[in-house]
Amino acid sequence: MAGSVVAVNDNCTACGACIPECPVEALSLPEAKAAATDVSSYSGVWVWVEQFQGRAASISWEMMGQGRILADRLGTTLTACVLGEDVEGVAKEAIAFGADRVFLADHPTLCTYRTDPYSQILVDLVREHRPAIFLLGASTRGRDLAGSVATPLYTGLTADCTGLEIDPETGLLQQTRPAFGGNIMATILTPNHRPQMATVRHRVFEMPAPDPSRQGQIVPVPVHLVEDEIVTKVIDFVIEEGDVNLADARVIVSGGRGVGGPEGFEPLRELAQVLGGAVGASRSAVDAGWIPYAHQVGQTGRTVRPDLYIACGISGAIQHRAGMSTSRVIVVVNKDPEAPIFEIATYGIVGDVKDVVPALTTQFRKKLAGQ
Amino acid sequence: MHAVVCIKSVPDTTEVRINPETNTLMRSEVESVINPFDTYAIEEAIRLKEAHGGKVTVITMGPPKAEKELKEAVAMGCDEAVFLCAREFAGADTWCTAYTLAQAIRKLGDYDVVLCGRQAVDGDTGQVGPGIANQLGIPQLTYVSKLRAMDPEAGTIEVERLVEEGREIVASRLPALLTVVKDINQPRYPTFRGIRAARRMEIPQWGAADLPGADAAFLGLDGSPTKVMKVFAPPKREGKVELIDGDSVDGMADLLSDRLLQDKVI
Repeated sequence: MAGSVVAVNDNCTACGACIPECPVEALSLPEAKAAATDVSSYSGVWVWVEQFQGRAASISWEMMGQGRILADRLGTTLTACVLGEDVEGVAKEAIAFGADRVFLADHPTLCTYRTDPYSQILVDLVREHRPAIFLLGASTRGRDLAGSVATPLYTGLTADCTGLEIDPETGLLQQTRPAFGGNIMATILTPNHRPQMATVRHRVFEMPAPDPSRQGQIVPVPVHLVEDEIVTKVIDFVIEEGDVNLADARVIVSGGRGVGGPEGFEPLRELAQVLGGAVGASRSAVDAGWIPYAHQVGQTGRTVRPDLYIACGISGAIQHRAGMSTSRVIVVVNKDPEAPIFEIATYGIVGDVKDVVPALTTQFRKKLAGQ
Repeated sequence: MHAVVCIKSVPDTTEVRINPETNTLMRSEVESVINPFDTYAIEEAIRLKEAHGGKVTVITMGPPKAEKELKEAVAMGCDEAVFLCAREFAGADTWCTAYTLAQAIRKLGDYDVVLCGRQAVDGDTGQVGPGIANQLGIPQLTYVSKLRAMDPEAGTIEVERLVEEGREIVASRLPALLTVVKDINQPRYPTFRGIRAARRMEIPQWGAADLPGADAAFLGLDGSPTKVMKVFAPPKREGKVELIDGDSVDGMADLLSDRLLQDKVI
């Protein structure tokens, strides 16, 4: 102290403990690079568990499965971050899915996902507990949130990964992701900043089997958010009918120009219904106004990875293939045997969509009835 | 009303090459275009100007030839342009790109709304938009499929966001940052008047020294927390298509459905 002014000498470790003590909030810490480079003080693997209307997103459990593998490889713990209102059930589920510890932030302001309150809670938790790795699902919410957590932390974030591994020598997280519409794969590291943050696409990692007998610790997180101070309000939500959630779908029946018109999607919807799947579309079908944009698969639509993708009357432009070529089994129904989509098909039928799709529906209706 | 649009110059093809020395992308050999998603952001900004008056400023950060994309945005109807082009910016990852763009937007001063495309079709990250919003300390509204209302006087905005389960209607305060999806509008073509204005326009080029608030430690390759370790071609899809043949459609459908049930994909 010199007079009434505080001076910082060389003993300061930039721990930040003085900041809340100051009566006039005059103290702050710069986002010091030096603090971020002390990577040895960071440990543990974290996963953000996304929930919508109190139900956990399946992508979060896929992340927990991979998070568990990474944590075991590093010999460290797996922590789940559950934010919401009345979501203790989700926290317990997170333990069953592999968490050793769950940070549970349960508060009315967190009921529906919003960027600011969610990122504020997570940034504070990271600053306090210093995880080495932080994973989020690459859903719309996960991608919205990840960037606003990584930015104030000044750390690396790798989006839409399709592979996560630990380098056995350095212990660094090797994050592999496609770019240029899947024409190039890149492996990315965050060597000197922590946490190493990544988002992962839907259905990249296996859904683990929950073990309800697993034991773990639920740590309540005190929440000091005030609704009036949050400027963004969710005022309504329009849930689309069942066949549009492409990200989670195990089966997608998708239509292109070859279906002939808006009514041409009707048989596809029936097949999707029988298979418990979603309906997708190529860009040209969407641009023609036959089906809403939310159904579009491909570079300017959604990237999907179902177990079964049935492409009906889709020629297979490279932009469409970029959005679906990693599906497990691809079935192509097309009149044109030269259509490029046959190049990536597992099974193909050369024929008219109008005949083949209803015939498939009939067969599956018959064969699935006994199961 | 002042709308700022951030655009990216991307290769007009998915055929790109990697520089084996630096592990970074070689863009010079391919013709570039405005990132398709950004054209929707430009269109929405111009519509806001038409509704509320004011101006649209378009910004990009990129190599010297990316100026062409700024000129095209001006030809579409943007009023002013800023070109962030300097060696110090090169090799920036999403963190540093967002930081640099945010510094430039801050220098522009008063703005009501910042618009970006949902993601760029080359990098495909969708992270720069949220990064800019966070750097500027303004609300972000991502995956916007409809701008329902905006009142620059009252400082309010209401949008529809496209999420997995449907559409979320959200209200927020200006200034705000929006990332937009294809559904939001149909971008216009450049006009003759616009093309002439673009040709005449001297676009200011800013380097690090032109961004007074920028810390050099947060720029370019050196400032980037992520490092590219390696780049490689994706594994080819194995096998060849098995064509299901048959005399009748029902026969083929029978065969295929059996096959898919055996494969346990249903």
